[in-house]
Amino acid sequence: MTKIQAFIGRYQLSHLLILAALLLVVMPLAMDIFRLNLVGKYLTYAFVAVGLVLCWGYGGILSLGQGVFFGLGGYCMAMFLKLEASSPEQTAIQSTPGIPDFMDWNQLTALPWFWEPFHSFGFTLLAVILIPALFAFIIAVAMFKRRVGGVYFAIITQAIAAILTILIIGQQGYTGGVNGITDLRTLHGWDIRTDSAKYILYFINAFLLIGCLFAARYIIKSKLGRLLVAMREREDRVRFSGYDVSSFKIFIYCIAAVFSAIGGAMFTLQVGFMSPSFVGIVPSIEMVIFCAVGGRLSILGAVYGTLLVNWAKTSFSESFPELWLFAMGALFIGVVMAFPNGLAGLYQTYVEPRLQRFKKSSDPALASDMDALKTAEIKPNKTKDTESAAEEYSHAGNQ
Amino acid sequence: MLETNKSIPKKDFVLSIEGLTVSFDGFKAVNDLSLYVEEQEIRVIIGPNGAGKTTVLDLICGRTKATEGSIKFKGKELTKLNEHQIVHAGVGRKFQNPSIYEDLTVFENLELSYPRGRNVWGALTFRRDAEVVAKVKEIADMIFLGDKLDMNADLLSHGQKQWLEIGMLLIQDPELLMLDEPVAGMSVSERKQTAELLQRITKDRSVLVIEHDMQFVADIADRVTVLHQGQVLSEGSMERVQSDPKVIEVYLGH
Repeated sequence: MTKIQAFIGRYQLSHLLILAALLLVVMPLAMDIFRLNLVGKYLTYAFVAVGLVLCWGYGGILSLGQGVFFGLGGYCMAMFLKLEASSPEQTAIQSTPGIPDFMDWNQLTALPWFWEPFHSFGFTLLAVILIPALFAFIIAVAMFKRRVGGVYFAIITQAIAAILTILIIGQQGYTGGVNGITDLRTLHGWDIRTDSAKYILYFINAFLLIGCLFAARYIIKSKLGRLLVAMREREDRVRFSGYDVSSFKIFIYCIAAVFSAIGGAMFTLQVGFMSPSFVGIVPSIEMVIFCAVGGRLSILGAVYGTLLVNWAKTSFSESFPELWLFAMGALFIGVVMAFPNGLAGLYQTYVEPRLQRFKKSSDPALASDMDALKTAEIKPNKTKDTESAAEEYSHAGNQ
Repeated sequence: MLETNKSIPKKDFVLSIEGLTVSFDGFKAVNDLSLYVEEQEIRVIIGPNGAGKTTVLDLICGRTKATEGSIKFKGKELTKLNEHQIVHAGVGRKFQNPSIYEDLTVFENLELSYPRGRNVWGALTFRRDAEVVAKVKEIADMIFLGDKLDMNADLLSHGQKQWLEIGMLLIQDPELLMLDEPVAGMSVSERKQTAELLQRITKDRSVLVIEHDMQFVADIADRVTVLHQGQVLSEGSMERVQSDPKVIEVYLGH
């Protein structure tokens, strides 16, 4: 069995801070706005991947339909932006001015009722979080209370992703159909297409992602994190220790959905449109691959995995567009078979021991007992409280 | 049908099972079973394979739903409750194969079983305070694992895993402890230690044990119930049961 222990309590603050510095300082300095915007787009998928670490890596709940929540969050934001871009003045040439252009093309003459609340930005922000959370809650209650799990759950989530895609495409007049909601321009009069807006949105996105990482870290380090690991191994034992297993699964699934939805909303803002091609089965599975490549037990690994796979996708598909999907599939199979813990696992197996050795040679105080250090690495913070353990590990990780 | 009821002294029953039947596609694994367990009693259930022993434990702890009959624990009907509610009512269950969290340490295994923070919010805000640490250490010493708290549970021996699971139940402090073959796969010395452990931990609770090892049964049992084909065949002290011709015929004589 894998040394889950090696991962738990291992989210050293220092590693998170390194990632934060990379996202907030290095990337913006090293890249032009076009590339940075691209990274910002990739990072929106990282929200999904981090959510998958929680619900798949820790909770053992494989969802192949996270695109649903990414899409719901993205569509909520897109509906607000679209309404702002469809003021009567801007749409004066339509037969019904004041409604989004695609509705006019579909012979709608009035704004559908469920679009009305999206005139309000406050409502939209709430909806980005609450609608996906509620939807996830309904799915999770229906499934987990009946103890549907494993492969069956994965298939059902995939079916939901397919259904939602078909629904969006079929209800063209209400949703923009296969093109999605496009031509988004301003947020409260602030043009989101300018370079300065793209910089600002990139930073908002990065801060939100770091916030999600902190939240995920808190959950993993709490007793709930250990319960998830326990549930994944011995669901019955957890149940007969007096826990309502389904409530924990529902919780973690909803958290993963909310993370995805935040990513989706930030995607819409940075890329300027939202379409069903980010909702369906293929994007949902791609997001699972990002998570698997990064390491499904590492929230930071998920971020790096997302960036790496997307960077590879962009450069690879420029040269061999038809081959990319095959490469992606091969990557997934390869990672699962050869490195089940992904990049994070490789880092822990190969890089960290070297860092330890380096530390040992440079710090004679610690040189006394390398073995003790190693043991502590594998089984951290058992009898100490989590805070002091976190300090201990951030100390160990500070090279 | 049974002559045993007259021998039951006037003590309160912790657990009363009446007319319990469970049918799997027509096959009655447990058939109109009645069983009463007193306070602080160690009751051992024996019986040949397929007699329905484990099914009875499954029914009590809610893993299997009864087709008919009632299970009352301290006057509370258990057949209508969920597993975790039954645990909260005070029933603890050990599985046949050691069921522990192998990815976690001994300490964490025990800590997760500590009865606090059992809902989502409680688990998120759970603090590993001095009380928890003290209780975990106390239980760990009791189950002979006091020096292995930091060890990953998958590194324990089979017998130690069994003890760990017993410890996970003890930390819940159940009033009724159900153990399914607690000494299976244990060495002779481990069996002895386990028998001592059980004697110690049953001081203030009732225990229902399934066991095949007759020496072990004789060591710990207050009374023995023999199940056969989902029904009670015989009940009473070990000597009495061992000399019962019906029991000899179906079970001990083999």
